[in-house]
Amino acid sequence: MSEQIETSEQENAEVHKRIEQTYKDGFVTDIESDTFPPGLNEEVIRAISAKKQEPQWLLEWRLKAYAKWLTMEQPNWAKLKIPPIDFNAISYYSSPKSNENAPETIDDVDPKLLETYAKLGVPLHEQEILAGVKTRKTPVAVDVVFDSVSVTTTFKKELRKAGVIFCSFSEAVIDYPDLVKQYLGKVVPIGDNYFSALNAAVFSDGSFVYIPKNTRCPMELSTYFRINEMNTGQFERTLIIADDGAEVSYLEGCTAPMRDENQLHAAVVELFILNDAKIKYSTVQNWYPGDEEGKGGIFNFVTKRAACNGNNAKVSWTQVETGSAITWKYPSCILRGDNSRGEFYSVALTNNYQQADTGTKMIHLGKNTKSTIISKGISAGKSHNTYRGLVRISKRAEGARNHTQCDSLLIGKNCGAHTFPYIECGNSTAQLEHEATTSKISEDQLFYCKQRGISEEDATSMIVDGFCKEVFKELPMEFAVEAKALLDISLEGAVG
Amino acid sequence: MLNIKNIHAQVGDNKILKGLNLEIKPGEVHAIMGPNGAGKSTLGNVLAGMEKVEVTQGSVDFLGKDLLDLEIEQRAAEGIFLAFQYPVEIPGVNNMYFLRAALNAQRKYRGEKEMNSSEFLKLVRTKIKQMNMRDDLLRRPVNEGFSGGEKKRNEIFQMSILEPKLAILDETDSGLDIDALKIVADGVNQLRDDNRSFIVITHYQRLLDYIVPDYVHVLADGKIVRSGDKSLAIELEKTGYGWLED
Ligand SMILES: Nc1ncnc2c1ncn2[C@@H]1O[C@H](COP(=O)(O)OP(=O)(O)O)[C@@H](O)[C@H]1O
Ligand SMILES: [Mg+2]
Repeated sequence: MSEQIETSEQENAEVHKRIEQTYKDGFVTDIESDTFPPGLNEEVIRAISAKKQEPQWLLEWRLKAYAKWLTMEQPNWAKLKIPPIDFNAISYYSSPKSNENAPETIDDVDPKLLETYAKLGVPLHEQEILAGVKTRKTPVAVDVVFDSVSVTTTFKKELRKAGVIFCSFSEAVIDYPDLVKQYLGKVVPIGDNYFSALNAAVFSDGSFVYIPKNTRCPMELSTYFRINEMNTGQFERTLIIADDGAEVSYLEGCTAPMRDENQLHAAVVELFILNDAKIKYSTVQNWYPGDEEGKGGIFNFVTKRAACNGNNAKVSWTQVETGSAITWKYPSCILRGDNSRGEFYSVALTNNYQQADTGTKMIHLGKNTKSTIISKGISAGKSHNTYRGLVRISKRAEGARNHTQCDSLLIGKNCGAHTFPYIECGNSTAQLEHEATTSKISEDQLFYCKQRGISEEDATSMIVDGFCKEVFKELPMEFAVEAKALLDISLEGAVG
Repeated sequence: MLNIKNIHAQVGDNKILKGLNLEIKPGEVHAIMGPNGAGKSTLGNVLAGMEKVEVTQGSVDFLGKDLLDLEIEQRAAEGIFLAFQYPVEIPGVNNMYFLRAALNAQRKYRGEKEMNSSEFLKLVRTKIKQMNMRDDLLRRPVNEGFSGGEKKRNEIFQMSILEPKLAILDETDSGLDIDALKIVADGVNQLRDDNRSFIVITHYQRLLDYIVPDYVHVLADGKIVRSGDKSLAIELEKTGYGWLED
C-alpha cells in the first residue's frame, strides 16, 4: 500500500540548491520563569495539580493516567525514526513569574509577553482596542498559552454576553467543573495511546470552549501556543463543546524558538458536537522544524478527536503542518449521530530532515454519515512525508459515504512520500471513493513559468500553492494568507 | 533584432542543430517549415533558454545583447516569447493570477511599475475584446483540462498581454479548426508592427494565408536549407520534403 516515487537525477541538479530553511519565529523571550526541575513522577503531578488549585477528582484522574502510562510503550508503527526520548530530562511545568497572580485583563499582562505575541503577529492589545472600530475584519478572540500556562484570553466579556464560554482550561476546571467533568477524556480516554496518557497525567493548560444551544459564536476563537523555556515540554488540552444547533470556528497556531535540543509537545484536543451543531477547527502548525542538518526541532505528538454525537452534527478539521522535526498526528472524527459529517483537509509540508506521519480516522457509526478526506503532502529536501488514514464503516452505518483524495508532491529526489490508506467496511451499502496521486514539480512546468518571466522560486511557490488550493480554501481568509506565506518560507531554498 | 550565427545544439549526445544561421529584422515575420524531427522546436527552445538543450557553438545576438548569456526569465523580460507546441498544465493556479505574476515579473525586471489587480483586469478586458476571444478560460487553472485548441488560444492570449518583441509560435496552428485558426491569426496580426517580429513554425501553408510572412525558411537536419518568400510555402505544400533527400 505504500508508494514511493523518487524524481530524476537531472531534476535534482536544478532543485538541490533550495534546501535551506529560514524560521522567522525562532526568537527567545527573556523572561523570569518558575520552572519545575526536570523529572516525571507522582510528586511532579501532584505539584502541577497544586499549582492549579485543582479539585481532588482531577488529581486522581491525572494519577490514574500516570499509572496507565507507566504500563504503556511508545508506539512504533508510524513511518518515523524517533530518537529515544528521556522523559525524566524534561521539565513538566514552566510559567512566567509575572503570570503568577493570574492577570485579570490585558492591562495586567507582562509587557514582555504582549511584545512576544505582537512579534508573532498576535497583537493582543491592539486587537481589543481596534475591535469593531472602522475595520471590516471580524475580530478574533485569542487565548494565548505560553509554555505551561494560559496568559490571557481576549474578548471574554463580549463572548459571555452571547453565552459563549472561552477561557483557559485551568479556569474552566474551577469555574465550570460540571462541564469539564462531563466531557473530559470522553472522546480521548486516558489510556487511548501513550502520548494521550502522558498528556492526561501532566497537562498544564489549554483552552476551553462551550457554545450554548442554538448559538453561532459571534467571532472566531483562537489559541496561540508558544513554547519558550528550554528543556520544557508543552502538554496542553483543548476541549470544545458545541451544544445543539451551535456553531463555532476555532483556529490554533503554534511556534517555538530555534534550539539545538529537541523539545516535546504532546497535546490532546477533544471536540463534542451535538445535534445540528458545527465545529470548524483550523490549525497552522509551525513549531520549530530543526535546522538544515536536522538538528533540533519540536517532536509533535498530538491526539485530536471529534465526536459527532448528535444527528446532523458536522466537524471539519483543516490543518497546515509546516513545522516540527517530527509530526505524529491524526485528527479523527467519530460519526455517531445519523447524517453526521466529518471532514479532514490537510497540507503537510516537510523539508530538510523533517518527518511527518499524519492523516485521519473517520469512524462511521451512524446512518448516512459522510466523510471527506483531502490530504496534500509536499516533501522536499531529505524529508519523509506519510499520509496514514483509516475509514471504518460499522455494521449499522447504512448508507455511509467517504471520499478520500490523497496527493503527494515531491520536490527534489532525496525525499519520500508514502501513503497508507486503510479501509474497513462492515456495511455493503457504503460508497467509498479513493483517489491518490504522486507527482513532482516537473521541469516542463518550471520552464513554462520561467519562459513567461517568473523566477524559479516564485514558480515553485505558485505550483505548490496551486497544489494546496483545495485545502487553503477551507481556511478562514486571514489564515489562508498566513498559510501560503508560511509554505513559501518553509520552501525557501528548496529549488535552485 | 535577432542574429543567429552558426548555432550547434544538442540534447545529451543527440546533435540537433548543426550550424543554423538566421537574421531577423524588426517587424519581420519569418515562417519556418520542415519535416518532423528537423529541429524546429529545438530552435525555439534554444532561443527561450531551455537548460536541457546545450549550445556547443555559435552565437545569438538579440537587440544588442548576447542572448545565450541570459537566464530564461531574463530573456522573457527582454522580450522573447515562446508559444509552446505543447503548453504545460499548472493545476490549481488560476490563469489570470499566473499571467499577472508573469507580467509583473517582467515589468519589475525592466524597471517598470507593477500592475495592481484592477489595472490588470482592465488590460485583460481590452485585450479580450481586441482579440475577439471568450473570457471563459481566464478563471480556470492554467491549461488544466483545456482542449488542444483552447491551449493554443491561451498561448496567443498570453502573448497579447505580455507584448513581446520577438514571438516564436511553435505549431500554434496544429490541431485548430478554421475558426480557431482565424482567431489565432487575428491575434498575431493585431500585434504586428514595425518593431515586433515573429518566428512562425508551421507545417501548413494555410496559416500563412492569414499570417503573411516576409520570409519562408526550410529547416532540415538542423540547418536552414532553403529560404524564399511566401511562394516557397506554396511550393512546399505541393512537393513535400522528398526533394531534400536528393
Ligand atoms: N528533450 C529532448 N530529449 C531528447 N531528444 C530530443 C529532445 N527534444 C528534441 N529531441 C530530438 O531532437 C530532434 C529534433 O526535435 P524537434 O526540435 O522537436 O523537431 P521538430 O520540432 O522540428 O519536429 C528529434 O530527433 C527529437 O527526437
Ligand atoms: Mg516541434
